[in-house]
Amino acid sequence: MNAEGKKRIWSEYQKEIANDHYFYVRSCIRQSFFPGSEQFFLNLMRNILGKDVYENPAHTTCTGIGYHSDIVPLSTIMTVIARHFALMKESGYKNIAISCVTSFGLYTEILETWKHFPEELEKTREYLFKATGREFDIPENVAHSSDIIFKFRNEIALKAKNLLINKKTGEPLNIVEHIGCHYAKMFPKSGVGGAEFPNVLSGMVQAWGGKVIDYPERRHCCGFGFRQYLVQANRGYSVSNTAKKFTSMKPYKPDMVLTNCPGCTMFMDKWQFTIKEMEGTSFGENGESIPVLTYEELAGLVLGYNPWDLGLQYHMVQSEPLLKKMGIEFDSADKYKTKDGRQMPIPENLINA
Amino acid sequence: MNGNVIVIGAGIAGMEAAGQLAKAGYLVTLLEKEEEAGGHLNNWYHLFPDRRNGDEVIKYLKDQIDNDNITFLNGTRIDNLEKSKKEFIIKTNRAKEICADAIVVATGFDLFRSERKEEYGYGIYDNVITSVDLEKMFREGDISLINGNVPNTIGMVHCVGSRDEKVGNPYCSKLCCVTAVKQAIEIRENIPESKVFCFYMDMRMGGALYEELYMEAQEKYGINFIRGKVSEVGESFNHKLIVKVEDTLAGRPLKMEIDLLVLMAGMEISEGSKKTGKLLGLKTGENRFFQSRDNHYGSNLSNIDGVFYAGTCTSPMNISETISHARAAVLEVMDYLKNDRK
Amino acid sequence: MIGNNMDKFGYSISKGRQINYEANDRKIAEYIYENEPSFRLCIECGGCSATCTTGNLTKFSLRELFVLIKRGENDQIWQNLKKCMLCGKCTLVCPRGVNTRNIVVLARQAFQKSNDYAI
Repeated sequence: MNAEGKKRIWSEYQKEIANDHYFYVRSCIRQSFFPGSEQFFLNLMRNILGKDVYENPAHTTCTGIGYHSDIVPLSTIMTVIARHFALMKESGYKNIAISCVTSFGLYTEILETWKHFPEELEKTREYLFKATGREFDIPENVAHSSDIIFKFRNEIALKAKNLLINKKTGEPLNIVEHIGCHYAKMFPKSGVGGAEFPNVLSGMVQAWGGKVIDYPERRHCCGFGFRQYLVQANRGYSVSNTAKKFTSMKPYKPDMVLTNCPGCTMFMDKWQFTIKEMEGTSFGENGESIPVLTYEELAGLVLGYNPWDLGLQYHMVQSEPLLKKMGIEFDSADKYKTKDGRQMPIPENLINA
Repeated sequence: MNGNVIVIGAGIAGMEAAGQLAKAGYLVTLLEKEEEAGGHLNNWYHLFPDRRNGDEVIKYLKDQIDNDNITFLNGTRIDNLEKSKKEFIIKTNRAKEICADAIVVATGFDLFRSERKEEYGYGIYDNVITSVDLEKMFREGDISLINGNVPNTIGMVHCVGSRDEKVGNPYCSKLCCVTAVKQAIEIRENIPESKVFCFYMDMRMGGALYEELYMEAQEKYGINFIRGKVSEVGESFNHKLIVKVEDTLAGRPLKMEIDLLVLMAGMEISEGSKKTGKLLGLKTGENRFFQSRDNHYGSNLSNIDGVFYAGTCTSPMNISETISHARAAVLEVMDYLKNDRK
Repeated sequence: MIGNNMDKFGYSISKGRQINYEANDRKIAEYIYENEPSFRLCIECGGCSATCTTGNLTKFSLRELFVLIKRGENDQIWQNLKKCMLCGKCTLVCPRGVNTRNIVVLARQAFQKSNDYAI
């Protein structure tokens, strides 16, 4: 493996990422499945990096899941996204920061569509105006929120309390990164580092002291695939893809998987439980499963935040083995307590805990 | 005696054109940007289809240009080129001004830069090489992996940068299939216990004795041919290359571990051709090679009177085609100069 | 719990369609190469399958069978091999002079000899 070769490719995919003043759009599912991620992104941006990030309460889903399951027509999703641009214009922002890879893929695809088919843009303007009386501008800068963390990865490294290093052995942690299909496969130029050797997550891992694993099924889909999962009869395809990926990465003994996309995080996390139930297989060391973290959660751990404030306990695969390797102190008694100290119900059959 | 001609490029076409013009009595200035004449042929060890030594052809060409009528200027770059009435005036870094009555453009091709096919990992995975890298190994008599070991399983990827809209090259480079077959045979000769796999889209063996070479590769050398375009290359846990391809004839995806992967890089119009074309205002076709005035009976004629094409600056060609094309260019030059530059 | 996935989940983990070249056993192919070297000359043109009586009436493709033998997908081959009636029409049409009929005979022999498939 030649690192210089990768750097040459990365140099061809340098994406412009705005430095400040972001209009933030959230994901539908991350808030329920990985609730600490978006919360920590805002905290990091506003309180640690001192940036201006604005959220508009009138913001809705992008309808991406509906679109990918043939429920929401293209003209509708274009209008929904145009409405977000209208909210952004009304709030005085020009840089959009998108929390979800599915949304990000749709935003980039729709903007590209409008470029090639200006009549579609005009139609969308008309639909939006008739429906809501709003008008919109095309954003000046489109970034996924991982692009932004990538941009500030070295600032985060300077403030790091826990590096991605096994405290006992002193060796860097083995980390699998997975950028998600809709981040760069459609438009390699819109992803940091392109689609074949992406740099957005690997750049964070390297800046924070870890080692990125290049395993044979690195480019393979996580298994979500929308309709593969949404129709129950198709779920075998979904889980089989995940099994293929994890079987391929297992020999490298990954300490964790770092994900970009809500769907990937969810399925690489939850299907490990299902595969274990189905076939008794687990993919980590000593019969453990491999923790799957979002980039915000990982940034939070690196910056020394309490894992339970970051929401790691809401994953299917628990992160304790990773926390121990990183030498992060945690109190198991606090794991399922509310902010004001009330005890919540404790889930049964937790993996890795 | 009857005219000065500048030949740009001292590869096969340029050397042959210069030699033939000199024999016919013209005064020729042969310009070459490199130190050495011979072009891409210098990188080639054995030639298809008969696997003769490439040096023999180089020797023939060098003898051709060993002529008092030829001034060979190596290490030369053209700074300026003007046409004044019917005369061409060239300024270079080596000679102040060269005047000529006609120009033969023999600026050739460049090999496709294989790193542009990112999915194959050239420049990233250690044992992914190009056909030119392999030819160098043949010449040095040392076919080995980066760790010095002898490869056991070798893959040849056809159509790298050819027949590929994604890299802007929809055309077939014509020579890569037969090169793959030739090199596959040579690998088996050098490493008898090795297994060689050619991954191809179509086997385009459209030259004299090419198909026969293909049969020999199958029958005598046991080369395996798998029909399918390699989609991606990765690295396995034991540091072998993993190739993903559809075995289209089995109708199934296939993955295979390979020690050494050879990319059959296609041909593109050269950077030198582009510069020369810009200076002269030459027309290029859809495939970005120079566009001839007529596809059938004017393949040496450019859009500018007095400027003629020879060789692979017009399209991919093998050596015999290039030499024939260069000779045909010479006939066009003579016709132009003798018949009052019409 | 394990092994009853369809009942419990309504779906199961599939093996995948990918040919895993290293995992396959190519003894059958090796036996044919050794005894009928013309097997190597096949270019998968499909002339044999187009003229094949069996292939016109049932799902049987000699061309595909040859590819699968070369890849070592043995489980798919064995049942199919029995369908051939050994009429020899395929050999008549082959443009590369491959003794296709003999390949079927040799493949059957090889399967009989192999412990994994012996009757």
